[in-house]
Amino acid sequence: MRAAKRQIEILARDPLLLAVVVVIFAAIATFVVYPLAKVFLASVLVRGTWTLEHYELLTTRRLYRNALVNSLQVATFVGVVGTALGFLIAFVVTRTDVPFKRVLHMLTLLPIISPPFVGAISILFLFGFNGLVTKQLLQLQDFNIYGRWGVIASQIFTFAPLAYLSLRGVLQSISPTLEDAAFNIGAGKWQAFWKVTFPLALPGIFSAFLVVFIESISDFGNPLVLAGAAFPMLAPQAYLEITGSFNLARGAMLATILLLPSLTAFAIQRYWVSRRQYVTVTGKPTASTSKLVTPFAKWTLFGIVASFALLVVAFYAVIVVGAFTRVWGFDYSFTLQHMNYVFSVGLDSVRDTLLIAIVSTPVSGLLGMLIAFLVVRRTFPGKAALEFGSILSYAVPGTVVGIGYILAFNAPPLILTGTFAILVLAFVFRYVPVGIQNGIAVLKQIDPSIEEAAQNLGADGVTTFRKITLPLIAPAFFSGLVYAFVRAMTAISAAIFLVSANWNLMTVQILNQVGSGRLGVAAAFSILTIVLVMIAIAIIGFLVERTGKTTSTIRF
Amino acid sequence: MASQEPRHVDEHEADLRIVGLGKTFVSPEDPSEGVVAVDDVNLSFRKGQLVTLLGPSGCGKTTLLRMIAGFEEPTAGDIFFGSARVNELAPNRRDAAMVFQSYAIFPHLDVFDNIAFGLRLKHLDRRTIQDRVDTVAGLVGLEGMTKRPPSQLSGGQQQRVALARCIVMEPRLLLFDEPLSNLDAKLRDQMRVEIRDLQQRLGITSVYVTHDQVEAMALSDVVVVMNAGRVEQVGNPIEVYARPASRFVADFIGKANFLEGRALDGTAIEVAGVRVDVPNGVPHPAGSAVTAVVRPEALTLHQTGGGSLRGRVARTAFLGSLGEVVVDVPGQGSWLIDVPNAAEVGLPGVDDEVGVTPSARSVHVLPA
Repeated sequence: MRAAKRQIEILARDPLLLAVVVVIFAAIATFVVYPLAKVFLASVLVRGTWTLEHYELLTTRRLYRNALVNSLQVATFVGVVGTALGFLIAFVVTRTDVPFKRVLHMLTLLPIISPPFVGAISILFLFGFNGLVTKQLLQLQDFNIYGRWGVIASQIFTFAPLAYLSLRGVLQSISPTLEDAAFNIGAGKWQAFWKVTFPLALPGIFSAFLVVFIESISDFGNPLVLAGAAFPMLAPQAYLEITGSFNLARGAMLATILLLPSLTAFAIQRYWVSRRQYVTVTGKPTASTSKLVTPFAKWTLFGIVASFALLVVAFYAVIVVGAFTRVWGFDYSFTLQHMNYVFSVGLDSVRDTLLIAIVSTPVSGLLGMLIAFLVVRRTFPGKAALEFGSILSYAVPGTVVGIGYILAFNAPPLILTGTFAILVLAFVFRYVPVGIQNGIAVLKQIDPSIEEAAQNLGADGVTTFRKITLPLIAPAFFSGLVYAFVRAMTAISAAIFLVSANWNLMTVQILNQVGSGRLGVAAAFSILTIVLVMIAIAIIGFLVERTGKTTSTIRF
Repeated sequence: MASQEPRHVDEHEADLRIVGLGKTFVSPEDPSEGVVAVDDVNLSFRKGQLVTLLGPSGCGKTTLLRMIAGFEEPTAGDIFFGSARVNELAPNRRDAAMVFQSYAIFPHLDVFDNIAFGLRLKHLDRRTIQDRVDTVAGLVGLEGMTKRPPSQLSGGQQQRVALARCIVMEPRLLLFDEPLSNLDAKLRDQMRVEIRDLQQRLGITSVYVTHDQVEAMALSDVVVVMNAGRVEQVGNPIEVYARPASRFVADFIGKANFLEGRALDGTAIEVAGVRVDVPNGVPHPAGSAVTAVVRPEALTLHQTGGGSLRGRVARTAFLGSLGEVVVDVPGQGSWLIDVPNAAEVGLPGVDDEVGVTPSARSVHVLPA
């Protein structure tokens, strides 16, 4: 206690910085912790009495029990298959010399920057009741894509790229010279892989699995489009309870249940797996190329990976064609009517989406860097709690956040429902954790005496952050911006609870169009979203290059 | 010499005064467990003095410097700049500019902007900043390089930027944290001379942390020898070398031979049965056990008989300008003896019996 008081006294010598810390604490408490607490309270406190009756429904009502079991099964399955697929692609890209690696890489990343249920729409185009493959090619009359396998297929398509991205980093950090060393002492290729490369990558593989698991169980768009009534899942069920049956308490109960596996996976990832990551940074450049695979294995793997890339191409081609096709399944003639719809009736939501993304992105990016700076470079009481609170929202499913926000900000003292602010706040605090993590990682590589030197020359904490820290962690800042922008443009699970007549989003429009069977309009909206995201990434990339020239990187 | 005596700086004369300063780092896992980094340090320095804090790694010298700069919080005692107590002053409001071990050049700013950084924070006008940066860049030999990014600077030039960035502020105190440790040997000697010249010219009171005793001797008005968080001795370079206050200081600074013996009277001791005169005095009662220090250059080797003490040669080495001879003296262990002009005189063979005579005025009996 005395130590805490002393830390505050020291911090108070820099009053502006103290004010910043207090504001951030208040903001995290209000916009991250408080809504979560409201969700939990709403599930156990009904009209002033404490009760567990809603949780008992899990045992008495088949619908809820099935939703839980289905969600867990799908998340586990998608986690395993998605991680395996991600590993294969990462292995081919980092350990073989196949052609078109760059193209493979770009195509694999495409699903990440798309609205999270583009895969689901493509699947409907291809395998739905009027699907190109199922109806036109195979002439199937009663094929039903809705249910378990539809959700699994579109989720693997959506989330395997995430596993790829993190596993590529893991495999890149494992030097091929270690494999050379194994060969040198007599190991075969198979042994070198299973005894050296694979064990070194294992913590990263497990970590990727947990990330995909969290994404899958939190996913809202794909299940809503593809699960169907016969295959209930937690996230859409919570949404239906609240918007369909107006049963807040049951929705809150399902949200709380949804939170448990996510938080457990998050805790394992953060406090167990991350401590077992092997870092093999030697500082010496490794010119060695891997000799791990035989030509036969190489081309087999390349075939699998290329198939996935072709699938991505096919899915997006279908979306593009679908956006210009009059009535899919019946009349394949060219039309601009869907695009016209987007640019007339839908224009409001395009404008709203852009505005919300453009406002929330820089706020989220700056907040992330500021929190990273405070966590790495300053001591104050409650620092660990602040770090935990600010990255917590990474693991909280959007559905839970959405329900929390309507419960928390529907009544005094803070009424925000239906406003621009509630969407911006939800996005800022939901997408800040990745920026924080990147910022922390970069800051830990930077000699703290650079910031001490600024202080020593008269800069207070906020000036030091603005003039020294922020320029130095610019790469993390910009990648945080890209992430926040992409997520703000493609978010659905939390946003769907928060949109209103005044402020609507393109993703919600897409979902509505799918719901009313107008896949062409949904496809047109999807294309526009992807194009806008790509333009934004290009602009941010241009900014990175410009600053990159002035901050000629110097390594300490 | 007496005027250089640093222990008697009057309170009102002191430019930097440290009173009862202590720092205990508390282990984050177990708050009851602490590591004492600095323990009850009392020091006072006059304006314009260059003071080195010298000691092995982990002796607390850097922690002491960082407390002066304000980066560490003392757990006991006070720090005064002149008559002002600065304990509660944030680092950015202390008038003490620091040169960091890693230089800590701002990598995204060019040389000019690095040097101008602190002046801009003071909102000085453009002309003044330009003039002051130009002057200082000239002073440290960086003229014509002010538009360069740090990535195009050599280690020595980065060092100069770090120094220029500090002196342009015209601070009350200059702090140096092992600034030369990243330079190669030749550049290190050159920068040492430059730092000393500049400091003398500007007359800024300076505190300089180093573990290199040669650097400390060459630079300092005052050397503060530290060990395990405590001050072992404060004195000018000759004092700490010729009259070390403890066995630790004698051993850490230069090479030392220890003579174990017994006090005979106020001006003589007995070593290995032989009477050794100590004109500098023996601060112990007759009969008590004493340790005396003699430097290798103050021992004379007798290769052809003679000498007050006898021993056997264990090892020899020819180093060019001098020869080193290690002699085992019964009951005393090994002594290192410098033989000047060894190429002409020649060195004894191993196992030869030789004589050794200490130069009386260089024998120093340790106080405790």
